[in-house]
Amino acid sequence: MTLVAVQRSPARRGGSAARWLLARLAGLVGVLWAAATVTFIAVRLIPGDPAEAILGGPGSQASDEALAAAREQYGLDQPIVVQYFAQLARYAMLDFGQSYSLKDSVAAVIGEQLGGTLLLAVLSLALAGLLALGVAVFSTRSGRVAAAVGSGLEVVAVALPHFWLATSLVLLFSTTLGWFPPISTRGPEGLVLPVLTLAIPLAGFLGQVMRESLLDALSSPFVLSARLRGETASGVIWRHALRHAALPAIGLSGWAFGTLVSGAVVVETVFARPGLGRTLLSAVQLRDVPLVTGIVLVVALAYSVLTTATDVFDRIADPRLRQAAIA
Amino acid sequence: MRRITAVEAASGTVLLALAVAALAPNLIAPGDPLAINPLASFQPPSFAHLLGTDESGRDLLTRIVHGTAPSLLIGVAATVIGIGLGALLGVAGGLGPRWVDSGTTRLVEVLFAFPGLLLALLFIAVAGPGPLTSTVAVGLATAPGYARLIRSQVLSVRRSGYVESAVVLGRGWWRRLTRHIAPNVTSTLFVLVTLGVGQSIVWASSLSYLGLGVSPPAAEWGAMLNSGRTYIGSFWWMTFFPGLAIVLSAASTTLLGRSIQNRVRT
Repeated sequence: MTLVAVQRSPARRGGSAARWLLARLAGLVGVLWAAATVTFIAVRLIPGDPAEAILGGPGSQASDEALAAAREQYGLDQPIVVQYFAQLARYAMLDFGQSYSLKDSVAAVIGEQLGGTLLLAVLSLALAGLLALGVAVFSTRSGRVAAAVGSGLEVVAVALPHFWLATSLVLLFSTTLGWFPPISTRGPEGLVLPVLTLAIPLAGFLGQVMRESLLDALSSPFVLSARLRGETASGVIWRHALRHAALPAIGLSGWAFGTLVSGAVVVETVFARPGLGRTLLSAVQLRDVPLVTGIVLVVALAYSVLTTATDVFDRIADPRLRQAAIA
Repeated sequence: MRRITAVEAASGTVLLALAVAALAPNLIAPGDPLAINPLASFQPPSFAHLLGTDESGRDLLTRIVHGTAPSLLIGVAATVIGIGLGALLGVAGGLGPRWVDSGTTRLVEVLFAFPGLLLALLFIAVAGPGPLTSTVAVGLATAPGYARLIRSQVLSVRRSGYVESAVVLGRGWWRRLTRHIAPNVTSTLFVLVTLGVGQSIVWASSLSYLGLGVSPPAAEWGAMLNSGRTYIGSFWWMTFFPGLAIVLSAASTTLLGRSIQNRVRT
């Protein structure tokens, strides 16, 4: 594999990488455009007066002034094509309109709530990565306990709903032991249970992936040659195999972020923690369409940018992918 | 045939119990799941009420047993919708001409940009909350994943030796689809359904828990959790046991799906 890379001239390699990156970025823009289009169509599919639909549906009893304001703001008296392009232009400038339930611009609401959810997601992702790493390394040992841990990972990942895990953690750590508050407070101790709730199912999923690639790496020739050179069993794992095992997990971190934000809807609700997830839920309940579409699109944006970034990282970290792309 | 493992036996037993509870709830819990008894509200688990009672004195065991049918039905229906949509996109992409394939692949990619429950929440914001919309929403949110898996499976079957021989033998496309491709995709589809039901149950009950699906006082697991939410600190059994029912059913379908998959492969 290395031979092929050496033979190719550096200039050509740079060219194909740039082309790959450009294609990837164009794909990203395309996905975002399509996502915006999907939300535009979805909102226009709501039966009845679109102005009323934007302001919470037929049951919301929006005032005539509010309806008139919405008609004007969204240009609802204009042809649908004009509305569509006007909306795309507004989205491009991160203008998602006014939230009628919070009486503030959607962008301002998102800006206010983003930090808390981001902190939650980053901490959960880090903890999930660490947990997954530990479990994956442990489960590659021989023995029945390790095998049981390995096969239990999927159940943890799929069958543990956030709301139930949160409830159980509250019962154990707040009601019984009294270690952490059941409701998320401002301090760091209020973060423990929400982060655990989000991290545990994700660790189950990441652990599964890491375990598989770790097992793969452990049966490959470079591990055998390291063992032949006198490397110890744990040395092989930590110094040689783990790098390979970490790659797919890092590649999945964009996806993981997405599940964390989706999980934040539940977790922030359970722990009464302010954030994007809880705002999204109340917006859905009140059918505050500008706020829902704004949050969903911002998350889709962050998610798509992150998955693109991890793709780029994967390509840098794993030379085999560059070869595969050329072949 | 390999021996039945302990895990398979355990998850099979749980599924059997769930099936009985869903088809004949009165066999296990003969009471009325909606009967209120204000004098017996918030009773902790005891011999009279094995799993305790809720805020109106309704027996939780009775409610959980009677809630099996609607909860599982929603999970299965959402899975069927998701796999149906996914199969439509996946088969069209895998068998159709190139432009159909690139079109469906792009569409799936766009749907993937709304991670997890977000697509479901967007759908509910547009269509309004309720049991029907939340079921469709979960189906819709899971469809892109199925589409991707089914497409790759269809592609690998399509390019396999036996399908190519069928082409060489001059079999028409309908015969190839029904006699050669469909039987070989079916086993994967069956595994996907069993694996997917667990996830659908969890997602649908999450939506009910958030108050966007089935609403209380109906005996459905997610809805029961939703009404127990207020009393989480003082009356833990109201959320713990319905949640346990969800976890057990999701875990047993997942484990059984995996072992079926392993048996099909080997």
